[in-house]
Amino acid sequence: MEPILQVKNLNYIYSIGTPFEHQALKDVSFCVHRGEFIGIIGHTGSGKSTLMQQLNGLLKPTSGSVILDGQDIWSDKKLTRQARFRVGLVFQYPEYQLFEETVYKDIAFGPGNMELPRQEIDRRVREAAGFVGLTDEQLKASPFDLSGGQKRRVAIAGVIAMEPEVLILDEPTAGLDPAGRAEILGNIESYRKAKNATIMMVSHSMEDVARLTDRLLVMSGSQLAMDGTPGEIFAQAERLVEMGLSIPKVTQVFLYLRKMGLPVENVYTIEQAVEALKALKGGPAHA
Amino acid sequence: MWRKLSEIISVEHLAYSYPGPEGTEGGSNGCGKSTLAKHFNSILLPCGGKVYVCGMDTSREDLVMAVRRRVGMVFQNPDNQIVANVVEEDVAFGPENLGIASPEIRRRVDNALKQVDMYNYREHAPHLLSGGQKQRVAIAGIIAMEPRCIVLDEPTAMLDPRGRREVMETVGRLNQEKGITVVLITHHMDEAAKAGRVVVLHRGQVAADGTPRQVFSQPELLHELGLAAPETVELCYELNKEGFSLPLDALEPEECAQILYEAVRSDP
Amino acid sequence: MLKDITLGQYFPGHSPIHRLDPRTKLIGLMGYIVALFVAKSWISYAVMLVFLVTLIRVSSIPPKSIVKGMKPLVMILIFTGVLNLFFTGGETVLLRIWKLTITKEGLTRAIFMMARILMLITGTFLMTFTTSPISLTDGLESLMGPLKKLHMPVHELSMMMCIALRFIPTLIEETDKIMSAQKARGADFETGSLIKRAKALVPILVPLFISAFRRADELATAMECRCYQGGEGRTKMKLLRYTRRDFGAFAVIAALLALIAVLASFGL
Repeated sequence: MEPILQVKNLNYIYSIGTPFEHQALKDVSFCVHRGEFIGIIGHTGSGKSTLMQQLNGLLKPTSGSVILDGQDIWSDKKLTRQARFRVGLVFQYPEYQLFEETVYKDIAFGPGNMELPRQEIDRRVREAAGFVGLTDEQLKASPFDLSGGQKRRVAIAGVIAMEPEVLILDEPTAGLDPAGRAEILGNIESYRKAKNATIMMVSHSMEDVARLTDRLLVMSGSQLAMDGTPGEIFAQAERLVEMGLSIPKVTQVFLYLRKMGLPVENVYTIEQAVEALKALKGGPAHA
Repeated sequence: MWRKLSEIISVEHLAYSYPGPEGTEGGSNGCGKSTLAKHFNSILLPCGGKVYVCGMDTSREDLVMAVRRRVGMVFQNPDNQIVANVVEEDVAFGPENLGIASPEIRRRVDNALKQVDMYNYREHAPHLLSGGQKQRVAIAGIIAMEPRCIVLDEPTAMLDPRGRREVMETVGRLNQEKGITVVLITHHMDEAAKAGRVVVLHRGQVAADGTPRQVFSQPELLHELGLAAPETVELCYELNKEGFSLPLDALEPEECAQILYEAVRSDP
Repeated sequence: MLKDITLGQYFPGHSPIHRLDPRTKLIGLMGYIVALFVAKSWISYAVMLVFLVTLIRVSSIPPKSIVKGMKPLVMILIFTGVLNLFFTGGETVLLRIWKLTITKEGLTRAIFMMARILMLITGTFLMTFTTSPISLTDGLESLMGPLKKLHMPVHELSMMMCIALRFIPTLIEETDKIMSAQKARGADFETGSLIKRAKALVPILVPLFISAFRRADELATAMECRCYQGGEGRTKMKLLRYTRRDFGAFAVIAALLALIAVLASFGL
């Protein structure tokens, strides 16, 4: 299958020719397929944010290319603009960009910029509001009267309403309590299922990425340090710790169990852990 | 310590450790998450009930400054609490307000910066620091006032894991080594698990109060309140549903592994 | 990028100029500006230029930064130059284009005016680059101290200035972030008519203002928590004290003023 997004030998240098020159991306390459849920991890300054802004054409690569659905997004002005809509980007703390009088108008800002017909905009706004669980009543309210978690969901709906094929989110759950976190992650998953969209999510929560994603990209020192399934990535616990990252608590528990001599595989979610332990308890005992 | 909490204080989870003798008693009908914390140093005054800091009634106007120099506050957004353009000048802001003599301010500022491990950055501009560093400067600004108690309102919510670790280590050190009482408001269960005592607030009332072990070993209660227990407890809880009978008080991975190891091995 | 603006920023350092009392630098800057306006001839301008270049060398501020800070002011500079070039009367006509004439007097005047503005700005930059905004405001507060007797809110003004300076970089960074976020939703700031472009600013300005108000609110609370209650009873960590270095600086500025005045009295 043709990948939806291809990144080839991407390099990016900030403030070229000044004393502040800094290479934020070094020779980054990877492919993204339709419907994938990808987690991006790495600590602050590892190049994650720069990478995200490359994918929808907000930043122009110093060298290398970003290929969306077979076409280089910088080969033509029209394609660059289209990339903004086809690759939706939700920044950190997106609630701070709300500006319209009503929630409805704010969500309609993106589709409005796409110059779609009125009914189509209306349909998209309502559908996007549905994905994030906003009621009709709330659509009429001012975004500034909502709670923090609701504002966040309005902002995410504002990007979803553009119906991007790739939805990128920078720490969408930062600063929320566990219930709010679960809600937003559920919203994202339902959008992916309904539209077969690709999700790329930056997160500091290893537990979240372990549970939700099919694949992880690990950024370190401006480079793509690892690329693989959560299982493959978390199996290399030492390397992650070296990069200043952590591993899920359950994985840590199982590493200890292995050290104690139990024959267990690497796990990274609670469900897997439960299965593994059940098998262990039932298995050898009956044997 | 919490004798009476009349309704609606906040729907938050509050963790705090109390080595000191301070007693507090709350009562208000504000809303929002920081409401309770703001009662601790007379930023908000109770509508009913009383809050006492070192025996002083926080609602007495003549005692406001005395209360505030004993209970310092650090907020979520590190950018919005740094007043000055140079780190050391910012740390000096509090003591300057207290009218302390110049050489003594200098001593306190240097001391405070060393305690949060930011002395080498004393002449830097705050906006060029990382989130964790900024937050440590904010903490230094509070300890330079030499308070008895520091209230931190979600100090790590906007930080990455590294910044979070820096702040938590600093706070832990202040509590352990300097004997400063720390009240830490947080969403992160593993941060709360490090406290000496955990108070869970729900809809303005205390829903649980005890040691981390006591509080976090009740995953059902926590789920009901929209919270989660540490993953280690959740794992044991899920296993118990599958017929295991494990204790639910393992907060650290190593401890949890020990319990699981014994459970699997002791199987008949 | 907006982030690259250096206007009004402080470069920490330990040069003799950094270590001058801020009041000395303020008074010195005034003396320097007076000298600039008294200077009339190539010789006096040369003297001023030598003085300025020496100061920059002594301050060890990279000249690049000064040039960079100048960028936003290029338009004003060109405007002044053009205005003086075409609208100064004179006898020696150098060039005539359509209805506009360039005279020798006009050319000289344009060069002088531009040089004056450039040197004025460079001098001011030198002061803001070598003086932390806090000590600058301290200096202003102290120099304007006598006005307090006339019930002028001197402390409040200097506090406001200090906070404004502290938040300029933060707000610039924030503007950058909001712009990127709105661009990601397809906002277009580069094309279309003037009205359309002005309208396109709404999605940036509204969030920016809201955020500024929120920051102001949080900062006010944080300041209250640190016992701020206005200028009364406040002390300073860094006391302003004139040293031998300051008297030296005064002597240098006085000598410069005298030299320029003498030159001017000879028509130079």
